[in-house]
Amino acid sequence: MKLELTRRYAFSASHRLHSRHLSEEENQTIYGKCNNPHGHGHNYVIEVSLTGPVDPATGMIAHLSQLDAFVQSEVLEPFDHTYLNKDVAAFREIVPTTENLCMEIFDRLKSFPGARLARIRLEETGRNSFEYAGEPDGANQHE
Amino acid sequence: MVYLTRKIEFSASHLYHNPEFSAAENRRIFGKCNNPNGHGHNYVLEVTVGGETDPATGMVLDLKELKEIMEREVMERMDHRFLNYEVPELAGQIPTCENIAAVIWRLLEPKIERGRLHRVRLWETPDLYVDCYGGGPAQ
Repeated sequence: MKLELTRRYAFSASHRLHSRHLSEEENQTIYGKCNNPHGHGHNYVIEVSLTGPVDPATGMIAHLSQLDAFVQSEVLEPFDHTYLNKDVAAFREIVPTTENLCMEIFDRLKSFPGARLARIRLEETGRNSFEYAGEPDGANQHE
Repeated sequence: MVYLTRKIEFSASHLYHNPEFSAAENRRIFGKCNNPNGHGHNYVLEVTVGGETDPATGMVLDLKELKEIMEREVMERMDHRFLNYEVPELAGQIPTCENIAAVIWRLLEPKIERGRLHRVRLWETPDLYVDCYGGGPAQ
């Protein structure tokens, strides 16, 4: 029986989309309003999906309290109410698009010891969302 | 292949308790869910069936048929029930979202004759759901 457990979390943060590989004009053309030099914010929603056997003693794939604590320390604590470009080291080098943010969150959570991380789904607003399940060859998957 | 999803809501109570654990272990492992009097949720169930459309009707299966199956197999069994004591299919199991979703899969799968059950998604709260894709009795 294949089962997947998904838990939703929320955090709020600001960002600016600006690539050092592009000119000012190109940045403005490509990123539009998201290139505003002062940044802007979103209420992000993360869906963390785990898979694995159900422990017959507990009926659970993973303990939610363990997952909540892990997500809190690895993602919510460092990301919530921050300016991602400045406050999160990874985004000083790469553009904090929701694609990159989704992959960064996957990377931070893939070592969760309680079950295998199947996928991260990240909503930037209620109208758009992004999903990342690691690389197909499993190279980026926690074993 | 086309997938269709029907959603229903049922309300039920449950508690988590493993008789093989001590009272202290049950409390530590299951926390508030171990309250012996139980507690309840408004569960939201999304059932997805996949299949080819019948050229004569343009449907994979008649939604009314799916509605009746979900009503009979899930609502009548689980709505306004205490899951631990009133649902025989859950006897001897901890009625977690994982186990309830797997029971619902086993109840629905043989009853759906047109199309094929693809996924059972069970929301326990707006922050937590489990997806079941079947695939045999063992974990």
